[in-house]
Amino acid sequence: MQRTTSLTVNNKKLRVEADPDATLLSVLRNDLELTGSKYGCGEGECGACTVLIDGQPAKSCVTRLRQVSGKRITTIEGLEQNGRLHPLQEAFLEFDALQCGFCTSGMIMAGVALLNKNSQPGTEEIVRSMNGNICRCCTYPRIVAAIERASRATREGS
Amino acid sequence: MDDQTREPDLIEIERYELFSGPAYNFAFDRRQFMKVFSGGIALIIPLSRVIARGAELEQQQGESGRGAFNRRLPNEIGAWIHIDQEGGITVYTGKVEFGQDIRTSLTQAVADELHAPVAQIRIVMGDTDLTPYDAGTFGSRTTPAMAPQLRKAAAAARELLIDLAAKQLNVERDTVQILNACFVNHDATKSLSFAEVTKGERLVKVIPEDVATTPVSEWRIAGTSLRKVDGRNFVTGKHLYNSDLKRPGMLHARVVRPSSFNATLVSADTKAAEAMAGVKLVRDGDFLAVAAPSQAVVFRAAGTIKAEWKSTPQSSNSELFDLLKKPVTGEGQRRGGGPRVQGSIKDGLAAADKQIEQSYTVAYIAHAPLEPRAAVAEWQDTKLTVWTGTQRPFGVRSELAEAFRLPEESIRVIVPDTGSGYGGKHSGECAIEAARIARATGQPVRLVWSREEEFTWAYFRPAGVIEIKSGVRNDGKITAWEFHNYNSGGSAIQGRYDIANQHLQFHPAESPLRQGSYRALAATANHFARESHMDELAHAVKIDPLQFRLLNSSDERLRAVLQTAAKAFGWGGRNMPSGRGAGIACGFEKGGFVATCAEVAVERKTGKVDIIRLVEAFECGAVVNPDHLKNQVEGSIVMGLGGALFERIEFENGKILNSRFSRYRVPRFSDVPPIEVVILDRKDLPSAGAGETPIVGVAPAIGNAIFAATGVRLRSLPMVPEGVALSSS
Repeated sequence: MQRTTSLTVNNKKLRVEADPDATLLSVLRNDLELTGSKYGCGEGECGACTVLIDGQPAKSCVTRLRQVSGKRITTIEGLEQNGRLHPLQEAFLEFDALQCGFCTSGMIMAGVALLNKNSQPGTEEIVRSMNGNICRCCTYPRIVAAIERASRATREGS
Repeated sequence: MDDQTREPDLIEIERYELFSGPAYNFAFDRRQFMKVFSGGIALIIPLSRVIARGAELEQQQGESGRGAFNRRLPNEIGAWIHIDQEGGITVYTGKVEFGQDIRTSLTQAVADELHAPVAQIRIVMGDTDLTPYDAGTFGSRTTPAMAPQLRKAAAAARELLIDLAAKQLNVERDTVQILNACFVNHDATKSLSFAEVTKGERLVKVIPEDVATTPVSEWRIAGTSLRKVDGRNFVTGKHLYNSDLKRPGMLHARVVRPSSFNATLVSADTKAAEAMAGVKLVRDGDFLAVAAPSQAVVFRAAGTIKAEWKSTPQSSNSELFDLLKKPVTGEGQRRGGGPRVQGSIKDGLAAADKQIEQSYTVAYIAHAPLEPRAAVAEWQDTKLTVWTGTQRPFGVRSELAEAFRLPEESIRVIVPDTGSGYGGKHSGECAIEAARIARATGQPVRLVWSREEEFTWAYFRPAGVIEIKSGVRNDGKITAWEFHNYNSGGSAIQGRYDIANQHLQFHPAESPLRQGSYRALAATANHFARESHMDELAHAVKIDPLQFRLLNSSDERLRAVLQTAAKAFGWGGRNMPSGRGAGIACGFEKGGFVATCAEVAVERKTGKVDIIRLVEAFECGAVVNPDHLKNQVEGSIVMGLGGALFERIEFENGKILNSRFSRYRVPRFSDVPPIEVVILDRKDLPSAGAGETPIVGVAPAIGNAIFAATGVRLRSLPMVPEGVALSSS
């Protein structure tokens, strides 16, 4: 059942020996020791497992390894560059846009995907794009504020 | 007196889960059992009884420290604070971090007392081998009880260090100051670091009873919006939650769950699973589990098992509220504690111009913490270590001791900062299961519950029925108030209104589902009923609902939040367009005062309810961290929207029907209206906890606003479970 799948994770080319039917989340967490992506529901409803696949946000708990063969995966661990946090990570800290933090990786990845697509999203677009991610501590207003801040920071910085 | 005096305990009486523990009664393999645990084998006592005994003791003796089983709060500085050879300050507390940001607020308290930089302080939390005993992180007790305790320990440490520094510097004690993390003499020509003063030695001095802690007016770190102390670990995904932990040789595991509650295992065909490489089966009575080195294999193996379960017919949603009103007898009845009576309801009703009698209900709801229960268990001979996300590390240690007939000294429970709980993670069932599987397999085991398991096999916020009979004079004075809560609990059953004739009673019931604590406990249900009923009375005598509350309460703190919220909201300031309405509600619980105003719009044709905006005023004494407090208040409000509008557990014949996020709706981004939070900072009052009380005003404020908009009174939570349809009944 084990088979080799080639993929790129956080800019590293990898060959993973695993069951191609395993979920991407399970491979990331158990085979690649990238535990930043979380299990929250297993049905793609909560977004705690959100990663980028070729730049698009995806729920890794309902994505099979076979579906990502040859693709580029970015996880929360891949956002920091040379010790510098992504502007959205900085904004989460600035706005304390978390409590327990279990949703945070998925929130940030979904937010990054949105900002990559549209660097100046309006509030409505933020709410629409982020609605697949649950924060049970309900820090939603702060997450929206953090995305807006990161959007401004990116504009001003570029 | 060799221990600390402390304020009277405010423990909640309806922590049901303490009375209905997990039902494991492991038999073990008798020979292995005898071999491993020879000597000292106790009778098997049902876990529920042991836990109940602990709860009774905790209620008698207090929560933090000298709690269950006569444990005493240590009075030596070194039990709470250690300074290592590098000058690092380590603080020990049995409290746990679940997102309340107490790791930050407690750091602020210690930093203030020790005059030490925040970065130099590290807090070890919830480790039964390292931290002083603590009954658990619940009841909003960290800020009013643990922060003062740590302040005392830190203040005592500071005084001791100044003594030592004065000697080492060879200067008068009262000339020594702490500047930039150093002890200096009068002109700062001589200086010693924390490390140079203590040299890593344990601080063995007893904390003096009368040690002076820093008054609020002199707080420097507390009172400011310090950011989450280890926030960077969370935004980078580096923080290791329980479900991320790995041990050498660790197996993954999965429990094969019964087909319904109260089912017994008749037979299990495990041949296919056992034939799979690396798979180990564990069976002990009705407990059946699978373990293997890889999670994927565990899931596959568990899927091949054909188990037959036997169960008896059980109750369903449809009969819930009738069930809860059935009288209970014996121990259950005693939990109610009898009525609280003042004056005479009969006289009060006789003096009234109007009388109202109404019934309110609340559904079971789920905590649904985003990190489901998880545990990693590891045995070394008869020593058991379990990492698990519980709000009661010491309580779970007791549960493990009971389940495995071990002395508590042989067990260590460690709680990594956890993915939330909201009162839902008091119990140790996942820890016990992981330890049982690890015992059987002889390897460390990690067990992470699935979302369906978390929704089904944990416990729920109690459902309840509340009946109120009241009388009011035309001038607005309430003359009689009779209040009965069936099953949901006694928290905040007493309002802050001045009513001469009152009868308040909590009636325990046989709950068809396992139930326990939840953010603010029954205060949410009791406030929903009380504040909805207050609105009904106000309308009955045609008095503005804000004025009506002010007329009936002389409590200055309650009046202050009411007036603050009303002012920020613009209460009564403008006429609402058709289909719009405003509602107000207020309350008090766990040292905090809250008032909430809501504006809603209801579409006549469809009944769709939109929350236009919410304003909440909150006061909990001196504010420790303004931004984190606001975060808790906002979070409570939005979480409260779920219980108010749409969250409800549906069950039938021993099964939960909506055990997934796709079937159990929780608040999302699109559910959040504009929210304004106004914090009243009372520096003259002791700080109270804030993680719970801000939730209680949301549901009644919205219900009252819906009434104002439509004339329809909704008396059941959730009020609009379908999310759109406004019931017209």
